[in-house]
Amino acid sequence: MLDVNKIKKDFPILSRKVNGKRLVYLDNAATSQKPKAVIEAEVEFYRRHNANVHRGLHSLSEAATVIYEEARKTVAGFIGGEADELVFVRNATEGLNLVAWAWAAASLKRGDEILTSVIEHHSNLIPWQRLSRAKGLKLVVAGVAENGVLDMADFANKLTRKTKLVAIGHMSNTTGAINPVAKIVKMAKRVRARVAVDAAQSVPHLKVNFKDLGVDFLAFSGHKMLGPMGIGGVLIKKERQEEMEPFLTGGGMISEVWPQRATWAAGVEKFEAGTPNVAGAVGLAAAVEYLTKLGMARVYEHEKKMVAYALKRLGEIEGLRVIGPKTTESRGGVISFVMEGVHAHDIAQVLSSEGVAVRSGHHCTMPLHKRLKLAATTRASFYIYNDKKDVDALIDGLKKVKNVFT
Amino acid sequence: MDIYREEILDHYKNPRNFGPTSLKASRGERVFKARETNASCGDVMEMAVVLKGGRLSAIKFEGEGCAVSMAAASMLTEKVKGKKVAEAEKMTDDEMIGLLKIEVGPTRRKCATLGLVCLRKALP
Repeated sequence: MLDVNKIKKDFPILSRKVNGKRLVYLDNAATSQKPKAVIEAEVEFYRRHNANVHRGLHSLSEAATVIYEEARKTVAGFIGGEADELVFVRNATEGLNLVAWAWAAASLKRGDEILTSVIEHHSNLIPWQRLSRAKGLKLVVAGVAENGVLDMADFANKLTRKTKLVAIGHMSNTTGAINPVAKIVKMAKRVRARVAVDAAQSVPHLKVNFKDLGVDFLAFSGHKMLGPMGIGGVLIKKERQEEMEPFLTGGGMISEVWPQRATWAAGVEKFEAGTPNVAGAVGLAAAVEYLTKLGMARVYEHEKKMVAYALKRLGEIEGLRVIGPKTTESRGGVISFVMEGVHAHDIAQVLSSEGVAVRSGHHCTMPLHKRLKLAATTRASFYIYNDKKDVDALIDGLKKVKNVFT
Repeated sequence: MDIYREEILDHYKNPRNFGPTSLKASRGERVFKARETNASCGDVMEMAVVLKGGRLSAIKFEGEGCAVSMAAASMLTEKVKGKKVAEAEKMTDDEMIGLLKIEVGPTRRKCATLGLVCLRKALP
């Protein structure tokens, strides 16, 4: 059990008021709040250690390099990866773009297929669309089953010898459904396809192990897991790294440079051009330490309880329909819903006046919304500092929505 | 909750000049139509205007959207119906938001001006 009251005290923002009401933050799938430990770690880096990394011989630069590489080790270890498998990027979006342009563009040939799904966040769809157009690849899109989860039969049908890459989300940011990634990897291996996983929603909320999953690429965002904005990572298997071209080019990613050509640095540095977000990496490492102390199994259990309670209470609201799984099985702490006769934006606006922060719109999953024939949904998403009182505030707010609009 | 004041809700629930945009032009009239979407909300709007003697003799809109976008479009059609084209064209975003008499945050500006953008697109 998580001690939510104690956890709440670690998050300065949770003590502020919004529109005169207690802040009830239920937009965690968009970004999480930050504990003091993370904010302080980032500030501490700038106050005491700030220097560029991998460049200077002076003490500060050397210390900053050590701190940065320690952070890499901490963050990689949290997700079951090695330090030399983790490339720091801004977020999962950048990580997936890196895979598209540094690996897939170099490794896939005209006519090869990339298999993804209609459930994906735009960040795991649009890079593949662009790449496919540029390289003459075929983008194949698996469908969604009735309960908002991946249609595994359709996926199996579309996975063929032509499939060279499977790009799949671990957990839907819209329905909360968790995909059976281990099974997908097994299936992909049979046709010798590589697997890239968008783990932006899973890494913050459940135990994810890069090595055990056996995927080739795994991208995540720091800001959704208590870390600062502008830092995230992509884990890349060593064998894949060897097949890759650089992503961005410039300082820091080279071995030797002549006026007309250059050779690349070895290892993950090859993919980190320019001065990296060192303070962000330090903040993310602090976030990972915070989550490790809580224990990811307990984080997942806590959210499962929140979902069970929220699903039960949402059932009290007439005309409200939950999109996606109606049970706590194979799903995370994300619940999207629609209310008869009320637009998602109006729901979110009334809730906001009550201090309740939810997301409304298509949540960057337009194809999924189109497939489900929905213009927009409202989404409540939970994290470690949410409790039943927060769900109660959501329900009270939704009752107010009904009063305003009916 | 000022944003959902009575007049806004009334226009949302009973939008004026709402209905099929398949208007027919009679002698001396011309019909112009446009479609506009607000992708971030999933709002869709179609607007048709009938021009006669340089005036908007009729206007219809249909679509789906939030209370702010629907009420704003409804109020807009009431405002511009019968007006000269030049007058309708001159209307600014701020004037449109002024009609609503509510505070519109940066995110909702697009909702509040969806109808106006659609109207501008429709006018020749």
